[in-house]
Amino acid sequence: MQKGLVIANKENEFMQLKEYIDSVKESDGILMQTLQKAQNIFGYLPIEVQKFISEETGIPLAEIYGVVSFYTQFSVTPKGKHKIGVCLGTACYVKGAQLVIDKLVKELSIKVGDTTEDNLFTLEATRCLGCCGLAPVMMIDDEVYGKVDPKHIPEIIDKYRG
Amino acid sequence: MDKVNVTINGIQVSVPKDYTVLMAAREAGIDIPTLCYLKDINEIAACRVCVVEVDIKGVPMRNLPASCVLQVQEGMNVRTNTPKVRNAVRMNVELILANHNRECLTCIRNGTCELQKLCDELGIKDIEYVGEKREAKIDNLSHSIVRDSSKCILCGRCVSTCRDVQGIGVLDFTNRGFTTEVSPAFDYSMKDVNCVYCGQCIQACPVGALHERTYIDDVWDAIDDPDKFVVVQTAPAVRASLGEEFGLPVGTSVTGKMVAALKRLGFDRVFDTNFSADLTIIEEGNELLDRVVNGGKLPMITSCSPGWIRYCEMYYPDFLENLSTCKSPQQMFGAIVKSYYAEKEGIDPKKIVSVSVMPCTSKKTEANRPEMEVDGLRDVDYSLTTRELGDMIKQARIQFTQLPDEEPDKVMGEYTGAGVIFGATGGVMEAALRTVADILTEEDLQEIEYQAVRGIEGVKEASVVLPINGKDTEIKVAIAHGTKNASNVLEAVRKGEKDYHFIEVMACPGGCVHGGGQSHVSSKARLSVNPKVNRANALYEEDRSLPLRKSHKNPEIIKLYEDYLKKPNGHLSHKLLHTHYNKKESYKLDQQEEFDKLIKELK
Repeated sequence: MQKGLVIANKENEFMQLKEYIDSVKESDGILMQTLQKAQNIFGYLPIEVQKFISEETGIPLAEIYGVVSFYTQFSVTPKGKHKIGVCLGTACYVKGAQLVIDKLVKELSIKVGDTTEDNLFTLEATRCLGCCGLAPVMMIDDEVYGKVDPKHIPEIIDKYRG
Repeated sequence: MDKVNVTINGIQVSVPKDYTVLMAAREAGIDIPTLCYLKDINEIAACRVCVVEVDIKGVPMRNLPASCVLQVQEGMNVRTNTPKVRNAVRMNVELILANHNRECLTCIRNGTCELQKLCDELGIKDIEYVGEKREAKIDNLSHSIVRDSSKCILCGRCVSTCRDVQGIGVLDFTNRGFTTEVSPAFDYSMKDVNCVYCGQCIQACPVGALHERTYIDDVWDAIDDPDKFVVVQTAPAVRASLGEEFGLPVGTSVTGKMVAALKRLGFDRVFDTNFSADLTIIEEGNELLDRVVNGGKLPMITSCSPGWIRYCEMYYPDFLENLSTCKSPQQMFGAIVKSYYAEKEGIDPKKIVSVSVMPCTSKKTEANRPEMEVDGLRDVDYSLTTRELGDMIKQARIQFTQLPDEEPDKVMGEYTGAGVIFGATGGVMEAALRTVADILTEEDLQEIEYQAVRGIEGVKEASVVLPINGKDTEIKVAIAHGTKNASNVLEAVRKGEKDYHFIEVMACPGGCVHGGGQSHVSSKARLSVNPKVNRANALYEEDRSLPLRKSHKNPEIIKLYEDYLKKPNGHLSHKLLHTHYNKKESYKLDQQEEFDKLIKELK
């Protein structure tokens, strides 16, 4: 299975991105929002997508790459359909977040930062998610899971396996 | 402009209210150290070497603000020489040094490094901080520019220059924190990206993180090889800057000493690119006349500047037909030396090594373009910068400032004032107008100084009325220097807002006199001297001093046509002196074809 982006298969996605860029082109400071949009569409920001944004906006590729490589939110490698983020902030860590990560690593058979073979999950360790009262906290996409008990992990993951 | 009163180290000054504290201090005669600061280009408070202690009407400001971005306010009291300031500045510089490759003795910028000078001025004798160093990456794959991340201090001067002055944006800050690096995207080599090799980044760099790829050793090898016949040409702008390598004021004309030095270095013949600048004018002037009279592609655009050519090939491929097909003077020179001159002097052209000294880093890449050869002989074998020639002269221990003035060798050392002014923005246009006007009016015109095309305004326009096909016609011309200005002119032409016959473009702001290969002028020195103006003045002065000031009056050029080329733009001219251009891709993708198709379909 090819993980990289194949331009010929993604014409509709590029079209969608172009429509977005055309709608914001006239305003200033459009790079961040365009990159967020592109990452939503493609799941990640490979050179093909960044070069496309550069051509359509006139922003130099080095500047675009500079922003992408600065923010951990952006990725130049493909991500899974679901993003699992485990908070490793102080409160969560004290409350056993490492055990949550260990369980996920075992359950998904991947390392932190990697994506499963079937492209379904990407596992990430995050900074504080801002709800320390619920520690240890884990997020899957936009869903927040508080007071996570490692033994419930398989059950939670199964929900996303559909 | 409203003025405000500020006190700096007890001295009261009244300055315009949009001044920064740094500028106000200058007015008060107080020197604040800087490092990342490049006036009007990079004022970003990154290095924090210019910090000061400030109170406003008795209320102290928190922390130490950076004076390069701090605007003056009424009643501001600034102190630049307190223990707090001295300690902070020294610590900031020591922190920069902790992650800097301090191989100063063998560094290309030894002696011209602004960081080195700053350390000396601040009295830094010991670097307290010992820690990890960033992994060094050296990109020396392009023919022109070497990037060495181990020297980079992340000041951003190159980033601002390339993005804001040149409008290109090859380099930017990538990654973050400790691994931050100034580089092209995706770690591409500068060989494969949108770089035109103008070298303005090198001029901006305070340290040795960006420099030219040097060919000094190759040239020494050629000179030392008794089987080689080594000829050298020097571009017009070199003579206006070379003296700076030996401590002479910016813009001192050193033509005679330069020739004397080249002879002492051991070159077999010392010629001048001014000769082929005159030749370029004959070819290009006639090409322009042909296009105007016979309805060819207009506006015609000059092709002397390889940075500009590369820019056009990457950013404006729809204008490639507008480019003059003339090779640049550097390349024309090489082609003539290995054909006409070799034949005339009975030298085997295969034994000739053709060396050029240029104010330019892009010339190195131009010399290496595959199409720049005739019958398998490269036009130019090695292209050096003004700085590299300075280095060779120093290596040979020649006392440059004490040299007598000498004349270049005969035939290809003969030149007119028109060739000399090629090095300044507007100079090619003026030289062309001198010749074209004479041809069209069939007179020897005496009014030959076209003031409207001179000066350092970004885009200049002029028009002259000349008889074409028996009818007085207004010839409209434009001059742009710096690729950003060139882009502005081309956009206007593309939109139909402007309509010119002839456009001169030089990739560097100020033209070749301010090229990427010229002597370094520090950020501080630039506050009191403008190298673009001073060096251009040196060229205009030499032009005025010469008996012949029109290219078509150069007796050796006349002879070259009589004996060899026969006529401008003739068969032999096309073989030797003209070239072609191709659209160039930067950041080429594995799926480039699919990508181009996609862009086209979505248009």
